[in-house]
Amino acid sequence: MAKAKETVSRTLIVALVLSIVFSVVVSTAAVMLKPAQVKNQSLDIKTNILSAAGMLPAGASAEQIEELFSRFDVRLVDLDTGEYVEPSAVGVEDPMKFDMYKAASDPKLSTSIPASEDVAGIKRRPNIAKVYTLTENGKLKRVVLPVHGYGLWSTLYGFISLEGDLNTIEGLGFYSHAETPGLGGEVDNPRWKQQWVGKKVYEDDMTKPQIRLVKGGVDANAPDKEHKVDALSGATLTSRGVEHLINYWLGERGYATFLQKLRQGEV
Amino acid sequence: MADTSAKQVLFEPIFNNNPIGLQILGICSALAVTTSLNVTIVMCLSVIAVTAFSNLAVSLVRTQIPASIRIIVQMTIIASLVIVVDQVLKAYAYEISKQLSVFVGLIITNCIVMGRAEGFAMKNGPWLSFLDGIGNGLGYSVLLLFVAFFRELLGAGSLFGVSLMPTVNEGGWYIPNGLLLLPPSAFFIIGLAIWGLRTWKPEQVEEPDYKLSRHTAKEAF
Repeated sequence: MAKAKETVSRTLIVALVLSIVFSVVVSTAAVMLKPAQVKNQSLDIKTNILSAAGMLPAGASAEQIEELFSRFDVRLVDLDTGEYVEPSAVGVEDPMKFDMYKAASDPKLSTSIPASEDVAGIKRRPNIAKVYTLTENGKLKRVVLPVHGYGLWSTLYGFISLEGDLNTIEGLGFYSHAETPGLGGEVDNPRWKQQWVGKKVYEDDMTKPQIRLVKGGVDANAPDKEHKVDALSGATLTSRGVEHLINYWLGERGYATFLQKLRQGEV
Repeated sequence: MADTSAKQVLFEPIFNNNPIGLQILGICSALAVTTSLNVTIVMCLSVIAVTAFSNLAVSLVRTQIPASIRIIVQMTIIASLVIVVDQVLKAYAYEISKQLSVFVGLIITNCIVMGRAEGFAMKNGPWLSFLDGIGNGLGYSVLLLFVAFFRELLGAGSLFGVSLMPTVNEGGWYIPNGLLLLPPSAFFIIGLAIWGLRTWKPEQVEEPDYKLSRHTAKEAF
C-alpha cells in the first residue's frame, strides 16, 4: 500500500483533487462574505468622515451613520482648476467609488510632485480629489477634505473638516497610520485632536495656510495663536509630518484654489 | 507519545508542553499582536480555529498524502483555512481585522500550525488531532494573554480597552511605560514567563548542549 501511494500519477491526482477542493472552499467564502465586507469598508470611511467633522455620536449604529452621512454631497474636484468635475471624467458613475489614493499611482490621473515642493512626502498627487460638502438651507455649512502625508514611519491618512467660512478648523482625524504607539500614535488622542477645533488655517489673504505645531504648548498671549497647535510630546517627526501635510493639502497645490472658488461662490 | 488519551492531548500543551514556552514556536506573532487584549483574543481564537481544523483536515487525508508532497499539501490546507478566517474577520469583526492587518495572513507562517500538522496530525486520528490543535492553540493563547495583560496594563493603563489607570495624556496620573507598547517588550515578558514556567516545572529545563570540562592547569609544564 505504501508503494501504491508514491506513484507519480497518484501524486498528481492527490495534488489536483486537493487544489480543486480548497479553491472551492476559499472562493465560496470570499464570494459569500463579500457583501458584508464591502458594507464594512464603506461604513468605515463614512465613520471616519463623520468623526473628523465632529458629527459622530458615541456608539452610533450603522443606520445612524448612513443617515448622517447622507446629508453630505460627495463631489470630485480638479485640484489645479478648483472646479468640480463629473464622475465620468475619472470613469466612475458614483463619486463614492472613486479612489483618489489609487489614482495617485496612475500616471494619467496624477502628477509627480517636484522634490522641493513635496513637503508632505507623498511623491505623486492625484489630479482629482474627493470632497464632502454639507449644505443646510442653501448655505455651505462644512467641507470635509481628505489629507495624507508622511510622518515618521508611515503615511498618515485622514480627513480635515472646515467650517462654512472655509478657514476655521472643525476637527481632524487620521484613520490609518503606523506611528509609534504612545508617542506619534497619540495623533489619535481625542484630547490632542480637540485642540485643533477653532484654529484658523489662513491669514486674511486666504491663500497660504499658516498652521504650526509648536513645542511646549501654545502661549495664550501669542499674536498668531489661532494658527498654532501644541505638538505631540516625544514625537517631533510625526508632529512635523502632520504640520507639513496640513499645509500642503490646504496650500495652492492642494485645495486652496478650490476653497477660494467655493468661498466666492464660483463653483 | 506513548499515552495519547484525549484529555492529555488537550491539556498537555497548556503548561507542560506549551508551544511558546517549551517548544519556543510562534514568537513573531506573539510580539506583534499583544498590545491590547481585545486584539489578542481575536488572534488567539483565529489561531485555535486554524490549528484545530488544519490538524483535523490533515489527519483525515493523512493516509492518502504521498510523502513527496506532504509539506505542500499541509501548506495548502493551512493557507486555505487562514484565508477563510481572514475573510470571516473582515466581514464580522472589521475593526479588529484592521488592527490585526497582515498578522492574520501570517498565521500561515506560524510554526505552531505547521509543526502540529507534521508532528501530530500525520500520525494520529482525526479526533485526537483536532483536540491537539485546540490544545496547542490554547497553549499559545495562554502565553499571549499573559503578555498582552502586562503590555496593555502598563503600556496604556487599561485592560480590554477600559481605562484602569488614567494616563497623563488623558488628564490622569499614570505615566505609561512606552516601551511596553513596542515589540521588544514582548521578548522580555516572554522570557520572564519561560523562566517562571521552568522554575515551576524544572523538568522543562533543557540539558545544556555541552559541559565545560574541568580546567587543567598542568598542560603547559
